[in-house]
Amino acid sequence: MSEPILSIQNLQVNYGGIEAVKGISFDVPEGEIVTLIGANGAGKSSTLRSISGLVKPRSGKILFKGEDITGKNPTEIVSKGITLVPEGRKIFADLTVKENLRIGAYLRKDDISEDLEWVYSLFPRLKEREWQAGGTLSGGEQQMLAVGRALMSRPKVMMMDEPSLGLAPLIVRDIFSIIKEVNKQGVTILLIEQNANMALKTAHMGYVMETGRITMSGPGQELLVNEDVRKAYLGG
Amino acid sequence: MSEFISANLPYLLAGISVGGQYALIAIGYTMVYGILRLINFAHGDVFMVAGLVMVTAAASLPIGVAIVLVIVATIILGVVIERVAYKPLRSAPRMSVMISAIGVSYLLQNCALYFTGGLPQIYPTIPFLSNSVTIGGATTKMVTVVTPILTLILIFALVTLIQKTKIGMAMRAVSKDFETSELMGIKINKVISMTFVIGCFLAAVGSMLYFTNYPSVIPTSGAMPGLKAFVAAVFGGIGSVPGAVIGAFIIGICENIIKGLGLTVFSDAFTFVLLIVILLVKPTGIFGEKATDKV
Repeated sequence: MSEPILSIQNLQVNYGGIEAVKGISFDVPEGEIVTLIGANGAGKSSTLRSISGLVKPRSGKILFKGEDITGKNPTEIVSKGITLVPEGRKIFADLTVKENLRIGAYLRKDDISEDLEWVYSLFPRLKEREWQAGGTLSGGEQQMLAVGRALMSRPKVMMMDEPSLGLAPLIVRDIFSIIKEVNKQGVTILLIEQNANMALKTAHMGYVMETGRITMSGPGQELLVNEDVRKAYLGG
Repeated sequence: MSEFISANLPYLLAGISVGGQYALIAIGYTMVYGILRLINFAHGDVFMVAGLVMVTAAASLPIGVAIVLVIVATIILGVVIERVAYKPLRSAPRMSVMISAIGVSYLLQNCALYFTGGLPQIYPTIPFLSNSVTIGGATTKMVTVVTPILTLILIFALVTLIQKTKIGMAMRAVSKDFETSELMGIKINKVISMTFVIGCFLAAVGSMLYFTNYPSVIPTSGAMPGLKAFVAAVFGGIGSVPGAVIGAFIIGICENIIKGLGLTVFSDAFTFVLLIVILLVKPTGIFGEKATDKV
């Protein structure tokens, strides 16, 4: 097996005075979709936040293409090609749709017009609403915009924090088909979800997190039929 | 009628001019509030220091060089204050940062007191600005005419910067959401410094216009214009640049009309009554966002 694009080794993260992540290790192979599933408070978000540089891990290592990126600041992480689509989408409500996309490419000095066209071809709805304020979009459209904004940085790895949160089931299906499409275009994806069913169906590899630890792992399809996973996360 | 105009025009002109000067200070308050949710109480004193720097610089340097020096020194002062007194408190409660700002305000006033020995420093005459000009039968200083024009040009440039440039876009993003801005790769501290650079640049320009109308600078010279600019920013809706500008012009004009009515002693009181009324009736000001949290 080739070297994973992202490798998490023995990561420990404290969040709000408690140990949210208690020493987890996992790899994200290049070109795949990897998902971390688990209940609220299992430490999934803390894991992503420490990879993206928003919080400093207490110990452990984060390797990107073999290079140690532990504790680097968000600007450095983004410029290396790791981006995070944050929980709750976090669209800049006062900025127009186009500005939201342009700000996704903030660190880039080269021409971004092709990338804009690419994002608009993925999400024609955004093109229609180019000049509208981001805050006027519907929840599903905002999620598309959040993904589009992340793609504008030309990421090698796109991390997504609960993309299905608060969206109608039909929209959730759209979002997941977009995730697959983006992945096909060569972006490695690390996804965390409470919607375990959709996440495992989409992912090549899945990890189950419980109270700061990884308790199970395996290919997405395998976890989907696993008895314990079914009982705990898929409603029987 | 024409008598009425010629009797009152000077007050109106003075009001517009003072309003422009307040506006240049008020933008510093409102922008810093917009990004840091901090009322930078030291801003009026930075304005005063700009006046003192002018006094010192103009004593030994050609006026053109002195003007540039005042602008550069004021910007450096503002950025240093932010780095030393506010940045270390970034994750502290907002009240702590505000107290730090009040501390910086007194520090600047007392340093000024120490260096000037408490003596009023005669403000130099800036050629052209101090020249006399006659408009509609009213004779006034050139600065009265220059101020509103220069103010509007600077505000236009500022609004363009905020709305059309990449750094302006980053400023708008950071003012709404630090963390997501960081995820875009925006360096928060750079954007905050930029805010102080702009605010202090405008305060430096404002100080030259303002002090030209006054004989001297004393350590508390920044307090009153600073407070009035602050009221203007609150009146317009703190956080909003156009709001601060409109608030400043309204206050400047009203003050001078009150002076024109022969009620000079009440002109300052008016400003603060206005503050109280605004806080009671519409705390968010004319253009303020619906803020859920207030200092």
